[in-house]
Amino acid sequence: MNGITVSGLTFSYGTRTALSDVSFDIGRGRFCALLGPNGAGKSTLFSILTGLRPTDTGHVTIAGHDIATHRRAALAQLGIVFQQPTLDLDLTVRQNLSYFAALHGIRGKERAKRIDAVLERLFITDRADDKTRSLNGGHRRRTEIARALLHDPKVLLLDEPTVGLDAQSRKAITDHVHDLTIDGTTVLWATHLPDEIWDADRLVVLHQSRVLADGTAGVIRGPRNLNDAFLSMVSP
Amino acid sequence: MIYWTALQAIVWREALRFIHQRERFVAALVRPLIWLLVFAAGFRAALGLSIIPPYQTYITYQTYIVPGLCGMILLFNGMQSSLSLIIDRELGSMKLLLTCPLPRWWLLLSKLIGATMISVLQVYAFLAVAAGFGIKLPAFGYVAIAPALMITGLMLGALGLFLSSFIKQLENFSGVMNFVIFPMFFLSSALYPLWKMAESSVLLHNICAANPFTHGVELIRFAAYLKWNFPALGWTVFSTAIFTALALWGYNSARSSKS
Repeated sequence: MNGITVSGLTFSYGTRTALSDVSFDIGRGRFCALLGPNGAGKSTLFSILTGLRPTDTGHVTIAGHDIATHRRAALAQLGIVFQQPTLDLDLTVRQNLSYFAALHGIRGKERAKRIDAVLERLFITDRADDKTRSLNGGHRRRTEIARALLHDPKVLLLDEPTVGLDAQSRKAITDHVHDLTIDGTTVLWATHLPDEIWDADRLVVLHQSRVLADGTAGVIRGPRNLNDAFLSMVSP
Repeated sequence: MIYWTALQAIVWREALRFIHQRERFVAALVRPLIWLLVFAAGFRAALGLSIIPPYQTYITYQTYIVPGLCGMILLFNGMQSSLSLIIDRELGSMKLLLTCPLPRWWLLLSKLIGATMISVLQVYAFLAVAAGFGIKLPAFGYVAIAPALMITGLMLGALGLFLSSFIKQLENFSGVMNFVIFPMFFLSSALYPLWKMAESSVLLHNICAANPFTHGVELIRFAAYLKWNFPALGWTVFSTAIFTALALWGYNSARSSKS
């Protein structure tokens, strides 16, 4: 079963087309980068993938569940890291995670166990009882990812998760999320930064509401570096 | 079970958020106390009150406005919680809530219940301070008003929720102050009995009588004196249902909106 399937997706804001016949699928345990300049339609696609916006035309399935007809089943399998921060800065890391776990119905000892597990997985156990306000940008992002992994989702969506971070934090988070695919998690990572993408990654390039390229990043870039290849693709 | 766990979590978060915003608590307490201890003291001599239900004897103006000020706390808090929803939407926390595997109506209802419970606690804090100044309700009245406060709080919270679904930016919130909170408060029986208003203007009296906030305040007033007011109860429950339905509709249409 595929992690994510998008077929024939079209979406418009009035007369402005945001997505035009977008199709791709991502197999289980694959890392797929969604690369596109600002305004390419990435955020709209994310809103549809997360059920925040309805589809005009086309279908989206998450771990086999259609987001339009089986929204709750699809969302139960989905971990989401939004571009905007979602943490309550006045609460500690553990309190934030506890709140989110409860929203997914995880309670009691199981909740405590899962919180400990994701804290360890993201190397933030020592910050568990600190208020999120006191964390730096990198640690806040890690907490967001830990939050998204709490309910053990089959699919993880990240919308430009490294925005505003320094190079070192960006690399650490990018590496870590790549490693998540080892245990079968499907990852869709939206970015406009080619250096976050590895050669072996699946790459979907979105530009002006259409899929411009879809394949393995190393093949798409050819002999050039990915940055140059991307710029030549999206240059007018 | 997931429904109950999520409700607990949302109420718990509202409570924690409230504890962390002590200035909000102080503001919510100071506002009605100024009305009670300054405004009411000044108006005491100017406003003669006859014996009207649920009172069985002449009462001071300060005693009269206590239920109205309880309503004021619920009104301001209901709008404050809608303000926090707008902030939540500008951050990602609203998205987080709306992408949980639970029906949207349940999530919004949980949010409403959480915010209302905090408002009710604030009303009790106000009543405790008022009692300290000698302005007291009958002893059992403190228990009897709890359900009335909860229903009125839900009604005003649902109104706030409905308004928040249409307010796109935080800056527009001042409009809510001018066009919702103040008219709702002043065009009600919170500060003066409706017969007093009828002496000045029949039209204003009719507007006050149609104002759901009036019915919420009267429900609290009668409950405080251990009396039923079925019309007020009926109107408050009815308005709660309408505002809740509108809020759910507002959030669903906001979801489907393409703007």
